[in-house]
Amino acid sequence: MALPVLHVKDLKTQFFTERGVVKAVDAVSLKLMKSLTLGVVGESGCGKSVTALSIMRLIQPPGRIVEGEIWFDGRDLLTLSEEAMRSIRGKEISMIFQEPMTSLNPVFRVGDQIIEILQRHETMSNKEASARTAELLKQVGIPSPRERMADYPHQMSGGMRQRVMIAMAVACSPQVIIADEPTTALDVTIQAQILDLLRKLKEETGTTVLLITHDLGVIAEVAEDVVVMYAGRAVEQARCKDIFRNPLHPYTQGLMQSIPGRTAHTGKRRLTAIPGVVPSLLELPAGCKFNTRCPHAFERCYTDPEPGLLEPDLGHPVRCWLYA
Amino acid sequence: MAAEQNTTLLTLCGVKKHYPITRGILRRQVGAVKAVDGVDLNVNRGETMGLVGESGCGKSTLGRVILRLEELTAGEIFFAGKSLNALKGSSLHRLRKKMQVIFQDPYSSLNPRQTIGRIIGEGLVIHKIGSAVERRERVLHLMDIVGLRPEQINRYPHEFSGGQRQRISIARALALQPEFIICDEPLSALDVSIQAQVINLLEDLQEQYDLTYLFISHDLSVVRHISDRVAVMYSGRLIEMAPKDELYEHPYHPYTQALLQAVPVADPAAAGKRKELVAGVNDAPFPPHGCKFSPHCPHSSPECEAEIPTFYEVRPDHWVRCYRSNA
Repeated sequence: MALPVLHVKDLKTQFFTERGVVKAVDAVSLKLMKSLTLGVVGESGCGKSVTALSIMRLIQPPGRIVEGEIWFDGRDLLTLSEEAMRSIRGKEISMIFQEPMTSLNPVFRVGDQIIEILQRHETMSNKEASARTAELLKQVGIPSPRERMADYPHQMSGGMRQRVMIAMAVACSPQVIIADEPTTALDVTIQAQILDLLRKLKEETGTTVLLITHDLGVIAEVAEDVVVMYAGRAVEQARCKDIFRNPLHPYTQGLMQSIPGRTAHTGKRRLTAIPGVVPSLLELPAGCKFNTRCPHAFERCYTDPEPGLLEPDLGHPVRCWLYA
Repeated sequence: MAAEQNTTLLTLCGVKKHYPITRGILRRQVGAVKAVDGVDLNVNRGETMGLVGESGCGKSTLGRVILRLEELTAGEIFFAGKSLNALKGSSLHRLRKKMQVIFQDPYSSLNPRQTIGRIIGEGLVIHKIGSAVERRERVLHLMDIVGLRPEQINRYPHEFSGGQRQRISIARALALQPEFIICDEPLSALDVSIQAQVINLLEDLQEQYDLTYLFISHDLSVVRHISDRVAVMYSGRLIEMAPKDELYEHPYHPYTQALLQAVPVADPAAAGKRKELVAGVNDAPFPPHGCKFSPHCPHSSPECEAEIPTFYEVRPDHWVRCYRSNA
């Protein structure tokens, strides 16, 4: 079997707050295989963004990565110096953030922001860098790129800004792109264009993508593999088509049933909602973290700590006692 | 459908809302942003009218105009047969009891300094309904209806999650026993599993209290689930309107088709089957005089750019604003 491009092993990221220790990411393992897209799906507070920031080593105090390994290109990123990490960020692993307005610098022209990245990581003259920037903007579908380079972020629409973010992310042809909710702030027609663009870039350059989203529709469109996260843990892992055809974890099943329009459209049918709310990470229940909302919970779910990823005969890895 | 559902509750005739663009020290008007530019719409009693469109199409402004939170530039609005245009002072005050709104963001639409008991009961106080004791009873009853616990009455909004806050907004909207509720993107700040809870709650309440909803959203799957009829808005105008299954299965307007195609389907088997999308939807810098969608439209002709097509009934109850439909 091929080696993963990026391998996260038992990552634990915790926030040490006045009210207690928040285990935002609790022993999560991920494998990104070359040229494939791994989708991480979950609700707010499940730890998906913290996982992404941990990989980039961008966790700020009071947060800290307390345990785990992140293997990339024969090195454990967690053992690297800050200096070495800085040469990886943007060059070998880059990130696309959700909110292009807050992640672009409002007082610099967008062209200059891309040129800065190019010159930070590669020896390039101003002229070369600016030619390359125009090329990148063209590649992400921005019309008249030479003129747009002189724009400030506020002069562009949301979709255009997100394209600039993508151009920045692909500027140094990274091996891995981490996209954290790249289309959440966008309209559906713009979202479809951005997803098409990501897919095209992946096909042309063979980039590996970690796509973080709460939208199962987006996952179905672009991901080959899926990890479902709940309360800081990966609760189910599968090929994309398997997770939609045969969701195993009661949480995944609940998520699927909560989406309007997945089943027959005719008439008004009540949606099967997951009862309750995501528990606060400071007050997690004993046993399985989903037991407060699970329709199938039985004694063992409350008494025993939840299992590791089990491999049932018919299916894929899942953390649920139903399959023990 | 029951017979009474076919009576009209809300009628909009040629409703326009323009915001002036002024320039210079004399604030001379040099142009106008036509946020809503001539909308005709009927909402029947007991139905859910879905209103979809992308950001900036004017759907929220339309909701605010109906509530008289914004003054009309032109046109007329009738509610239960009465014109709202002339209403002022106490008669407008009385009307407000009948019409309520649930806003998008449950984080900014609840006063952080008030307890939820006070937030939910505020309408009762303003309209001088009942004694303090009766009002408290009513608030507790409302909290029960939307699934909040009675002991939470003295808590503050920040102690609640997004889904619970939206329940508070719903309880507040219900307090005055309205007939009509405008739901302006009530789900977009919520997680998927919580969205389903709120959708179910809205549907139950509609059945119990004979409510009429105008459901404004950019989420086409949610709108399809909850609505009876759906209207699609583009650049300040309705461009297509039909019963929901008719609209989703036989979209006529090229924009509606593009919009429906753009929705990611939670089914990997359907992925990648989408056609290439029309580029740059909704951001033409100089929209033409005629159909605003024509610069992006694969079927546009000189006729489209010259004049706005009329709203035309292509099939029973299915209205489209496109020249192709007249042919």
